[in-house]
Amino acid sequence: MRKLHGGEVRYAEWGIGRQVNSRPNNLGHVNGVRLAHWQRRLLTSVMVAVAATALPALAQAGPLEDSLTEAIDGLGAASDDKINESIGKLGALGDPRAIAALDALCDERLRVGTDGHAYVWDSKTRDLRSPLTGQVVNPEPRPLKEVEVSNEIRRVAFPVLAQLKLGSPDAAVRLAAAQELSNGGSAEAPALLRGALAREHDSNVREALTLAIARVDLGSADASARLAALEVIGKSGDDDFLSTLQQIVGQGADGKPNEPDPRVRAAAARARNAVISHQRVVGFVGDLLHGLSLASVLLFAALGLAVTFGLLGVINMAHGEMLMLGAYATYTVQTAMHGSRFNLLVAIPVAFLSTALVGVLLERTIIRHLYKRPLETLLATWGISLGLIQTVRLIFGAQNVSVANPDWLAGGLQIAHGLVLPWTRIAVVGFVIVVAVAVWFILQRTRFGLEVRAVTQNRAMAACIGIPTKRVDALVFGLGSGIAGLGGVALSQLGNVGPELGQSYIIDSFMVVVLGGVGRLAGAVAAALGLGVVNKLLEPLAGAVLGKIAILVFVILFIQRRPQGMFAIKGRVEA
Amino acid sequence: MERLREIHSPRAWMLLGGAALLIAVVIPLVAPEYMVPLLGKFLCFGIAALAMDLVWGYAGILSLGHGLFFALGGYGMGMYLMRVIAGEGVYRSNLPDFMVFLDWKQLPWYWHGFQSFPFAMVMSLVAPGLLALVFGWFMFRSRIRGVYLSIVTQALTYAATLFFFQNAAGFGGNNGLTDFKRILGASLHDPATRKILYLASAIALFGTYLLCRFVVTSRLGRVVTAVRDAELKSRFCGYESTNFKLFIWTLSAILCALAGALYVPQVGIINPSEMQPSNSIEMAIWVAVGGRGTLGGAVLGAWLVNGGKSWLTAALPSAWLYALGALFVAVTLFLPNGLVGLGSKLFRSKLVRSVGRLRQPSRPPT
Repeated sequence: MRKLHGGEVRYAEWGIGRQVNSRPNNLGHVNGVRLAHWQRRLLTSVMVAVAATALPALAQAGPLEDSLTEAIDGLGAASDDKINESIGKLGALGDPRAIAALDALCDERLRVGTDGHAYVWDSKTRDLRSPLTGQVVNPEPRPLKEVEVSNEIRRVAFPVLAQLKLGSPDAAVRLAAAQELSNGGSAEAPALLRGALAREHDSNVREALTLAIARVDLGSADASARLAALEVIGKSGDDDFLSTLQQIVGQGADGKPNEPDPRVRAAAARARNAVISHQRVVGFVGDLLHGLSLASVLLFAALGLAVTFGLLGVINMAHGEMLMLGAYATYTVQTAMHGSRFNLLVAIPVAFLSTALVGVLLERTIIRHLYKRPLETLLATWGISLGLIQTVRLIFGAQNVSVANPDWLAGGLQIAHGLVLPWTRIAVVGFVIVVAVAVWFILQRTRFGLEVRAVTQNRAMAACIGIPTKRVDALVFGLGSGIAGLGGVALSQLGNVGPELGQSYIIDSFMVVVLGGVGRLAGAVAAALGLGVVNKLLEPLAGAVLGKIAILVFVILFIQRRPQGMFAIKGRVEA
Repeated sequence: MERLREIHSPRAWMLLGGAALLIAVVIPLVAPEYMVPLLGKFLCFGIAALAMDLVWGYAGILSLGHGLFFALGGYGMGMYLMRVIAGEGVYRSNLPDFMVFLDWKQLPWYWHGFQSFPFAMVMSLVAPGLLALVFGWFMFRSRIRGVYLSIVTQALTYAATLFFFQNAAGFGGNNGLTDFKRILGASLHDPATRKILYLASAIALFGTYLLCRFVVTSRLGRVVTAVRDAELKSRFCGYESTNFKLFIWTLSAILCALAGALYVPQVGIINPSEMQPSNSIEMAIWVAVGGRGTLGGAVLGAWLVNGGKSWLTAALPSAWLYALGALFVAVTLFLPNGLVGLGSKLFRSKLVRSVGRLRQPSRPPT
């Protein structure tokens, strides 16, 4: 009985001893001491045996699992020394599964149950979880003891935690750890980061690690290390470093330069300029995409406007309200299908059909009576737009409503450091390309398009050869309004939706039509692109308003040279 | 004497005299004090409607930029009213209050001279006139007509509105110019001053009416009408259409600015919302309601629409936009010649025709 008992103890001691000291040659030593301390060992062995019987799962698992569990449980020890020791063990094990437990320790969410094991308290769900598997423990081994942590322990735990995180299989965790380490400024950070960089394969994390090392190296006493770090920073173009670089280049209050080495100062100035020019490029590309998405919305409005103006010779001042109706149709679909991921896809046909219907109704009831009087059509359609705005205001309220972006359009495409192109804007640009191609196809490759072009060129002759000109008028008006409705769907993804949404776009889209020439898709596309992009690129230089004025002046000067627009064709409207 | 008969028949002169008596003498005597600024405002709208009718009814140019000229005239007057009380503002500074608020130390160069009333009056007419001249020269020279012209004038108005909304523009941003106290030494809150402003507006209205009437009955006016109806033909006859249009256009802008300059001291504020594109379009509907190319009808239309607006925005605020929208549609669909056209059709009386003297071709101008 005694012998059996002793063997069991020896087995337990064996496992722990090897892991604690990481010295396999301890075996003989342990054996030697074993006899001398036989009595004391017997006492402790009872305690360990009690613990072992409570852990049947542990007995089945391999020795590594055992040591991990053992070390995690050690985090709940009563004395700071024991806790520190366990943290050291976890660091030596290097198993990222210990992250949860260490995190909990630092946040004072670690609990010790009556069974002597450490558990993680989830403060959100108010559950007790197993630190390794994350599973909820039920029933809880109450009463639980909270592990109190001193700052000393935290100081020991942070680098270990960062090191474990750097080894995490999740790239996002590694990325966060790299940033955390570079800011923390602990003594072990450079070695940890360099080690992680050697092992790292993910390019994003490599970049973050390189930058983190550079940040740490900036504070190094070795001038060549600082120089190398500045080199890396200059290449990255990361504007987080801008203030640091300014400080290195600048002077202190006593008039002495902050950086003693002139070579480092020069390198810092170079890096600063590199960062600034990189940011300029990033800003330019961002503005470009912004301009492209603005151009897309203008194109949605101008496509329909150009076609109807070319065909009917009338200006539809209510065209901007079709954008607004399309956006509200999207909002309505979203409200009706709350929570569905694909309400935006449903909104596209709904917005097109509803605005097209409104357009056809307007044409049939009002506009067709005014074809011979374009100036009065302008007034009448203005009146219609007032009515539409007021109706929407009464139904949906005067406040702006917001249409959510679906999760499959969340986030963006990262092109370079600090340059993220939002998916919504990319999607809007793609959407308008699809729609423009579809409109081109309808006008150039279908029977209906042939009729539209015939009526545009010579209405009387078209009527003579049997083209139903009135039906063509109504359908084209519906098509134009429907395209604007699609523009409303796109707009709803870019900003808030209000009753006066259309008003802010109508004048710009008229400018597109004036610039591009009526009845020409190519003209509308080129003019929308030009106006939208130039507008956004001028904004940072001259401000939004002066940019608008500059464009107006440009349009006025342009039509001095080419009154028919860029791509004029002969239509009913002769300027 | 002969020229007077050309301008109006003797009966119409008598009618005009009666109207002048009613507006300039009777109304100031009987109207309650609080009504005087409101009526004065209407007189200013009448002037603006005349300017609009001149350019749309007689020259066929549907301007969507007259709200801009109106507001520019108003800003000229507003700048005088701000400068004349220098040192009496909330901050007791020599600068207008909004400049103190923006922490400006110096008066911008374009504000200099506005403490003088004659200079301010000349500027508030010349500046919009100059803008109209330059803009119109570019437009008419490149033969921009019809809806194109309307759109481009609207864009001009829109851009100007955005510009004036900026604080950096130096015109008080979206608050505009306000807190006026005195004009030519007389308190603006004094009922007597208000009555004098009303009388000045009335005189300006009748002066404008006679001037417009003089222009449209002159040979120049006939050429302008000819250009409206057949631009190519009149050019082949040797009339340079650009110059005629440019003259009418600039004159109309100056008259509109006059209306704005009289309007501001009576309402006590001028801000960029006054020049929003929608205001210009509303001016067009005044003329359309009264009847294009009738002058008298345009004034009548301005009064009717604004009277309706004053009443409806108080009685049923949410219905006003519907009513205005319906008015736009109904007038263009059913009343192409406005109320004067309707009147002359219904009564065929000499009186209506002599006031209206429809110089319309059977087909309305496009």
